[in-house]
Amino acid sequence: MSREGWINIALILSLLAVPLWAQVADEPFLITLSTRVAIFALAGVGLNLALGLGGLVSLGHAAFFGIGGYAMGILASHAQSYVPILEVPLLIEGTKSMPVIWLTALLVSGLVALAIGALSLRTTGVYFIMITLAFGQMLYYFSISWPAYGGEDGLPIYTRNNFPGLNTLDPIQFFLISYVILCIALVFISLLTKSSFGLALNAARQSVRRVETVGISTYRVRLTAFVLSGMMTGLSGALFADLNRFVSPSMFSWQTSGEIMIFVILGGTARLFGPVAGAALFIVLEHLLGGISDYWLIFLGLLLLAVVLFARGGLIGLLAGSPSRSG
Amino acid sequence: MRAAALLVYSPEVRQEVADSILATEGVCKRFGALLASDNVTLDLHEGEIHALIGPNGAGKSTLIEQIAGAIKPDKGKIYFRGHNVTKLNTAERARLGLARTFQISALALEDSVLQNVILGGLGAQGRPYRFFKPVLASSTLRETAEAALERVGLAQLARTRAGELSHGQKRQLEVAVALTLKPKAFLMDEPMAGLGSSGSARLTTFLSELRHEAPILLIEHDMDAVFALADRISVLVYGKVIATGSVDEVRILPEVRRAYLGDDAWDC
Repeated sequence: MSREGWINIALILSLLAVPLWAQVADEPFLITLSTRVAIFALAGVGLNLALGLGGLVSLGHAAFFGIGGYAMGILASHAQSYVPILEVPLLIEGTKSMPVIWLTALLVSGLVALAIGALSLRTTGVYFIMITLAFGQMLYYFSISWPAYGGEDGLPIYTRNNFPGLNTLDPIQFFLISYVILCIALVFISLLTKSSFGLALNAARQSVRRVETVGISTYRVRLTAFVLSGMMTGLSGALFADLNRFVSPSMFSWQTSGEIMIFVILGGTARLFGPVAGAALFIVLEHLLGGISDYWLIFLGLLLLAVVLFARGGLIGLLAGSPSRSG
Repeated sequence: MRAAALLVYSPEVRQEVADSILATEGVCKRFGALLASDNVTLDLHEGEIHALIGPNGAGKSTLIEQIAGAIKPDKGKIYFRGHNVTKLNTAERARLGLARTFQISALALEDSVLQNVILGGLGAQGRPYRFFKPVLASSTLRETAEAALERVGLAQLARTRAGELSHGQKRQLEVAVALTLKPKAFLMDEPMAGLGSSGSARLTTFLSELRHEAPILLIEHDMDAVFALADRISVLVYGKVIATGSVDEVRILPEVRRAYLGDDAWDC
């Protein structure tokens, strides 16, 4: 196995070991931190598909994160108030069931990604960045100005949603749910990277003309990647909202888009475990530096600058060297 | 296969257009004051190499771009395999069997040589939407790709990154990718450029054979290669086809003769 492979295994095992140790040592806060890492990593894995593999610099992934969050918030708030979401033409009730909420989050964020992608992918470069940012901000202001679900104040959910057979209020069990979902997403991406679709997406990033000349529509390939990417980030949004039992417009803000992008860049763009390393580093720094100074983001900024200038492969690149290529 | 649905069969097509694999009819393209294509009508028959020559800025590349589908003509029609393809985009035309090599190599430079060629096979199959199965495990794609690499003489370099190839090898790789498309016609934009004399000679022999698989519309500045290969030559000046004919017919034209006496407008 390559060096990167061993580092990946070490990373994913430590992400499991830390909360398990915390469970034994009775440190629930550490479990919550680890859960945040897993959920943020999932958001980053989603973005990395568009950004790393596809070369699509989306500054609007908060849109999908927020949609996942509000999918959870809206369904759960109707369930806790016993008011149906829709009565006419058909009855749709709220739910506290995680699998149903996840499916809804995947479906809705996928549809929104399809709409945003269909328009944004007609542009490239800086215009693509700006148009995705604009869509994110549109949803942000929409969520602020829609009073039915809390508006600016956000929407609290009193108890965590249910998963059959598990006690989701137990921090370690909720961690395991998030962890397993992250692992499934990582397996999916690692298969996708080596698949026909991965080859086409990767080539489209390097040369649009090459891909078009062999008869493959780069627009469709990228749109597919963008939708899959949005769905994964959307699912992470639903989990994040469930972790906090609270949804607010800040999930839609451009700062959130920026943070997800920071996970990817810190960890290593286009590296399978880049977002996992990046999210872990981010949370550790937030916890350590945040304790020293309220202005810890200045240090994060310096670190980001150092990564972009001196270590383009991010943390994974620093540890594992240049990506190995098969084929 | 899927592209078949996009075809518009045109009964009004002239007989000579219907007989040829590829044809342009009255194609015009203007960029501001510059008339890059001025009523260009030409065709490509089965089994031939049709060379397109002309001075720099005559509109050869613009014409190729329009035939390939990257630029839309202002006026005129383009027929491929008897169908009007003027409104189809590059990918759709490629799916019909129009293969192209570029003047400046367009390759996935971070990928291996094999991956680049497999991409061609993937396009030919028309099914890039497979997310789980490793593409390198597909024996059909691999065999097609390796056969194509063998033919252009790059089999030994299959695992090399495309970016590490020499200029000439990149050219060969472009041809290999085009081969995997099982094309019905080739568009080649200066395949000899920068190849050196032994490379040119090898490619000349190769293209000479290739015309029996699918006809080639060839832009080339290397006049030795053009005269050795072409069945017909069209001369393009200021966007206009001023002559089309056999090598011997075109050779004696004053415009072409002037070229060999060192007129500045020509660079061959």
